[in-house]
Amino acid sequence: MKNPAPILRCEGVGKSFEGFTALSDVTVDFFADRLTSIIGPNGAGKSTFFNVLSGTYRPSVGTVHFEGKDITNLEQSRFAHIGIAKSFQITNLFPQLSVHENVRVAVQAMHARWSLWRPRAHFKEVVEKADALLALVGLADRRNETTENLAHGEQRALEIAVALACAPRLLLLDEPTAGMSPEEARDMMKLIAKLHETRAVIVVEHRMKLVMGISNHIVVLHHGRLLAEGSPDEIRTHDEVRRVYLGSAI
Amino acid sequence: MNSPVDPARLSISVPAAAPVRTRLKGLVEISTEHRVVLALAFLVIFPWFAPYEALAVNILVFGLFAVGYNLIYGYTGMLSFGHAALFGLGAYGAGIPIAKFGWHVLPALGLGILVAGAGAAMIGWFATRTRGIYFAMVTLAAAQVVYYIAFQWVAMTGGEDGLRGVNVGVVNLLGLHLNLLDPRTKYYAILLVVGLALWAFSRILQSPFGAVLEAVRENERRAAACGYNVRRVRLLAFTLSGLFSGLAGALYGIHLSVVPIETLHYFTSATVLMMTLLGGMGTFFGPFVGAFTYLLLADVVTVITVHWQLFVGGLFVFLILFFPRGIWGSLMHWAER
Repeated sequence: MKNPAPILRCEGVGKSFEGFTALSDVTVDFFADRLTSIIGPNGAGKSTFFNVLSGTYRPSVGTVHFEGKDITNLEQSRFAHIGIAKSFQITNLFPQLSVHENVRVAVQAMHARWSLWRPRAHFKEVVEKADALLALVGLADRRNETTENLAHGEQRALEIAVALACAPRLLLLDEPTAGMSPEEARDMMKLIAKLHETRAVIVVEHRMKLVMGISNHIVVLHHGRLLAEGSPDEIRTHDEVRRVYLGSAI
Repeated sequence: MNSPVDPARLSISVPAAAPVRTRLKGLVEISTEHRVVLALAFLVIFPWFAPYEALAVNILVFGLFAVGYNLIYGYTGMLSFGHAALFGLGAYGAGIPIAKFGWHVLPALGLGILVAGAGAAMIGWFATRTRGIYFAMVTLAAAQVVYYIAFQWVAMTGGEDGLRGVNVGVVNLLGLHLNLLDPRTKYYAILLVVGLALWAFSRILQSPFGAVLEAVRENERRAAACGYNVRRVRLLAFTLSGLFSGLAGALYGIHLSVVPIETLHYFTSATVLMMTLLGGMGTFFGPFVGAFTYLLLADVVTVITVHWQLFVGGLFVFLILFFPRGIWGSLMHWAER
């Protein structure tokens, strides 16, 4: 059964870059009880759409509402505070800081970001929450390692821990399995499914098998427009989608 | 006949290196934990092996200036070409009340810090809208504006001749009569202020905000996604850097009894940048090592040739090419490995 109101609503969203239209008139509702995947062939506008949803880009036209509140022109730094977190397509961490410090800094943003005097180690709840998040993504034993020394899969997991630091009600993940081996990708998808138990999740992903396996709603973009949306079964049998993905396994 | 190598001896000699490494690492950890105490302990004994007191005071003052600069460049990753303005605002901000209105040194110091902080907030408000080389250019332009205002405002600043009459003499402080005309007393009086500043600086580095500075230096996009208003963080960092630089400037004016117009010159901005890089940006004690190296070289080589900057420049290029972490930074890195 659907929630009565969508957690995120995009109405007529479009984005242009110096005359090039990357996204055009996309209207989609995202619901809290769904794990929604955004798919589409290369150049479909997935990343642009993701960046509009996560506040990196402001849409050229249209509006975005989160829990009924207009966030179309909201500052990027406010997103974490209202309960929206994201992970990036290309690993985006603080490479010279320790694994724990990466998460601790992110947790601290919600608690004591302007504190200039009290030592950071005295904020016990921040330290403990960072440790709990590291344990959740399986990086507890790598706590004191410098982040740039982590393996790629571990860095992707750390991205998720950093994103979770603001206790988001909506988690946006841009190709969370990019560059991962099939085993690592499967573990990541298991983690995402687990995270979805307590929050809404939107994933941009191109591994169809994984998408079909974990999503309960799929949005398909093509040439910057909404092509179709529905359950995995509906998408699998959708004629237009099959035509666009001709030759690929759906 | 060659005698065979005793394997037992080998097995003893190989792991012997490990405890040395561990000990070095432990030393680095201890020195990081007690960095303020160790820095002060060194600075307390420094006058005994410095060539002369006036040079020691210069190193102290420029070391503090480089510490302030390090906050913005080393810890936050913002290259400023305009820190002379903040140093000079501190110097004039403290010097004018003493020279023109006969203020006590302590409130004058406070005013110097405030003027520099306000100047930093104003310059930073414009400059932090830009990044990279544009940020450097805006700070340079703002510093030049401050320079020309001071240059033209002869009645208040002394213009080209500098502000004269910043005479402090004997200071009554908590029942103590400190004769600042005595070079050694002046050194320790200034060290007291520098020590308090270093303690405050260390607190800021250890605070949650200190972590934010490093996060912004490492990855601005990620910091913003975590919920930090990056522009506000950069502005606060610039203002804090201005407070420390201003204090250094104020102490410089008191030390010289005059505020030369050169304190505001862009050469001063380049000097503090070089000191920070020579010592090691992003390290706690590096700025003092940089100030020591720069000023000592200037002092020693000047006796040989007027082209002392050629030698400092040569050393600078050598370090940038082969030891980009700077003198102190390279030492710490080597000990930590």
